[in-house]
Amino acid sequence: MPAISMKVNGQVVTGEVEARTLLVDFLRSNLGLTGTHVGCDTSQCGACVVHVDGRAVKSCTALAIACDGASVTTIEGLARNGTLHPMQEAFREHHGLQCGFCTPGMIMSAIDTVNRRGKTLDEATIRHELEGNICRCTGYQNIVAAVQAGAAKM
Amino acid sequence: MSETGIGQRVKRKEDHRFITGKGRYTDDINLPGQTYGYFLRSPHAHATIKSIDTSAAKKMPGVAGIFTGEDIANDKLGGLICGWMIHSKDGSPMKAGPHPVLAQGKVRYVGDHVAFVVAATKEQAKAAAAAVDVSYAVLPHNVDAAMAMTAKAQVHDVAPDNRVFNWSLGDQAATDAAFKAAAHVTKIDLVNNRLIPNAMEPRAAIGSYDSGSDHFTLYTTSQNPHVARLVISAFHGLAPEHKLRVIAPDVGGGFGSKIFIYAEEVACVWASKKIGGRPIKWTAERSESFLADAHGRDHVTHAELATDATGKITGLRVNTKAAMGGYLSTFASCVPTYLYGTLMSGQYAIPNIYVEVDAVYTNTAPVDAYRGAGRPEATYVVERIVETAARELKMDPGEFRRKNFIKSFPHQTPVIMCYDAGDYAAALDKALQIADYKGFPGRKAESAKRGKLRGVGFSAYIEACGIAPSAAVGSLGAGVGLWESAEVRVNPVGTVEVLTGSHSHGQGHETTFAQLVSDRLGIDIDNVAIVHGDTDKVQFGMGTYGSRSGAVGMTAISKALDKIEAKAKRVAAAVMEASTNDVEFKNGTFTVKGTDKKMAFGEVALAAYVAHKFNSAEIEPGLKESAFHDPSNFVFPAGVHICEVEIDADTGVTEVASYTAVDDFGNIINPMIVEGQVHGGIVQGIGQALTEGCVYDKESGQLLTGSYMDYCMPRADNVPSFKLGFICTPCPSNPLGMKGCGEAGAIASPAAVMNAVTDALGVRDVPMPATPQVVWQVMQPMKKAAE
Repeated sequence: MPAISMKVNGQVVTGEVEARTLLVDFLRSNLGLTGTHVGCDTSQCGACVVHVDGRAVKSCTALAIACDGASVTTIEGLARNGTLHPMQEAFREHHGLQCGFCTPGMIMSAIDTVNRRGKTLDEATIRHELEGNICRCTGYQNIVAAVQAGAAKM
Repeated sequence: MSETGIGQRVKRKEDHRFITGKGRYTDDINLPGQTYGYFLRSPHAHATIKSIDTSAAKKMPGVAGIFTGEDIANDKLGGLICGWMIHSKDGSPMKAGPHPVLAQGKVRYVGDHVAFVVAATKEQAKAAAAAVDVSYAVLPHNVDAAMAMTAKAQVHDVAPDNRVFNWSLGDQAATDAAFKAAAHVTKIDLVNNRLIPNAMEPRAAIGSYDSGSDHFTLYTTSQNPHVARLVISAFHGLAPEHKLRVIAPDVGGGFGSKIFIYAEEVACVWASKKIGGRPIKWTAERSESFLADAHGRDHVTHAELATDATGKITGLRVNTKAAMGGYLSTFASCVPTYLYGTLMSGQYAIPNIYVEVDAVYTNTAPVDAYRGAGRPEATYVVERIVETAARELKMDPGEFRRKNFIKSFPHQTPVIMCYDAGDYAAALDKALQIADYKGFPGRKAESAKRGKLRGVGFSAYIEACGIAPSAAVGSLGAGVGLWESAEVRVNPVGTVEVLTGSHSHGQGHETTFAQLVSDRLGIDIDNVAIVHGDTDKVQFGMGTYGSRSGAVGMTAISKALDKIEAKAKRVAAAVMEASTNDVEFKNGTFTVKGTDKKMAFGEVALAAYVAHKFNSAEIEPGLKESAFHDPSNFVFPAGVHICEVEIDADTGVTEVASYTAVDDFGNIINPMIVEGQVHGGIVQGIGQALTEGCVYDKESGQLLTGSYMDYCMPRADNVPSFKLGFICTPCPSNPLGMKGCGEAGAIASPAAVMNAVTDALGVRDVPMPATPQVVWQVMQPMKKAAE
């Protein structure tokens, strides 16, 4: 099996994977980073969103081997020295989660949105940007509020 | 009132683990030596199984075992049950066909379980499943509820016409008489579209067996782990309850679909013993969730409403065909009956109601409770026909409702329920005001200028939840009682653990339950832990569904807290050398009337465990109490929702332009969490109305909407932000005055949206989901007529 190496949440990790191993399976099974979730099999739900070299990627659609040498950030890598990322804090503050399953992907997508669209986001922009992340619990209203507030604090 | 007490917008205690990726869902758990299970599923809607050859598959790499219905039969593993006996109106019991864990002789829907393959890796299990050779003889199938009773397909031998039961409720003769005397009769035909629940976490299970202690463990995505243990023990006969532990850790949403005891979970724990005790993990792929999670709704209904010359409703007649799917799921039979017919009075004083329901087998996934369960279907019937009647009578839909509202309580309806409290006119007034109903004509004119058709629709829903009084449901056929239990453990340092039989899968119990404890005991909310979801930790429980965790689950906690307070007073009295009757407890401090003696809650807790300062022959050491609560009535949340839609006259695209929800949930523990529940429920209802519809192909019986590419879940850009309001009539049947809030949004909103859509288009009905294609087609004859 091919050996790969990548930086995950700032730490260099190595592993042997099958060529068909998905990035999400490498993160969950090999590294035990189970904060990244699998909610579908058609790259629609967004529960698996991580950042690869600074860009949001659905990790159920990326091969681990294709991320050899990349820098990957998962939900577990957002908080620094015990301080939550402003977007994490905003989801808590605005009740932007219920069951929590879509939450890591939502937060990773939201941060990516801010990286691309800036810190001042109107409701329509946020709703459009979250089109690739499905939540069944919240009805999105508090997620939108959380992203707006989190963006402003980033 | 403290900042973390009842009524406060306390931020959720459980959130930290979820926002940092430390939630622990079933698929996150891995056990030593774990294997992986994969289900070979039926590709046919209806077929007999001629043979299954597993010999080649068993030789595949990594395979630990391959099991079929024959193994299930040889082991005498009991079948899946339907726990609610319904009798037809002729007195005969419902016709429940066999429901083996793995198919025996016949498959009854696409996705039915044919073989269970266990291997060292998921990929090996899948590869081996592909090598299992199954020979089928295809049978005629039927996927349509309306056609079931005349279909060629016969799903179960016990039901030659595919009819499970023909149930009725209400006085048929009196209702028929009311219709004869009516000044006006409104008729409507409705389809309540089949939905697929789609909690974001797919179902998963890990079964393991320890031969040393002859003990099974099942990790599972369950809303009610104790009920799962009870059923697996008592009906499947796998192991007695003391030899089976069921753990439901963090669960990523349920919406009803994780109440039921499914084949997959049972197979995992059963087969673990067969392969020598190695744990078996199964995690559904989303496509399996579509195929094999219990679906919701799927009713075809004809309804008639009688009114007198003044616009008073005098009668309601409802006839429904309800699909059950290929098998009766755990609670399937109660959904189109006692959770449906009993709500047909809505918020209205209707003297005569008659409901008749044919439940039918179809060659589809089983149908069972899905958020609201029966009550959204009832609300859809009542609120669509009431709105239609108002239009026919040329009355304002709000004022027609007001004229017919129940105005005094308690109110006994003709369909079992006795409503205990409510103020429907107050909710209507508040909704009209928040929605700026008076301004609607102006907004409609403004929309028209932009080529948009604007419509407004109401939904004045009621539901019965806080499920449920055990004696009442027992008399109606339930196989279980629906009480809840709680244990409050005060530790010697004064911190508190609450063990509850309720299960949180998004509802925020770790916060709201702790608010109750913090409020009652005057202790910091951080010193309260809520423990749930593990049959080895929690004494017993009936789980979470039917918006019951507040009204029933928290009342059990409240009763245990009463006992804690009483015991602590006795301890405090002994330590402070006072009479128990003179000890008072307030804000976390025990005082002795007329003295300056006092003890903090933590000091009393310590004294209870040290046990030096009282006679332990009179007062038992320790401070731990439990309680069971069986409710005396259902609770009746109600409200008025008003929806405005805008329809693009060229494309048929329907947008929810504004949505107002005014709800009466009685007393509210945490408004932030309640609002979140309402938001989520409304979007599920908007999904039913505008985007979601499960489609089986009539010709092939295949599920056409088998992924998120084909089944349209509402996304963030499909819905607006909502305007919420609350009124409060406290519930008289529980000490906290709570009703339930978990299902209301999903119950109310489909009717509100579809009343708005039909208003915008000026038509009697538009089928759900009102996708652009559906609406465009409805508009074509209208356009031709206009030309």
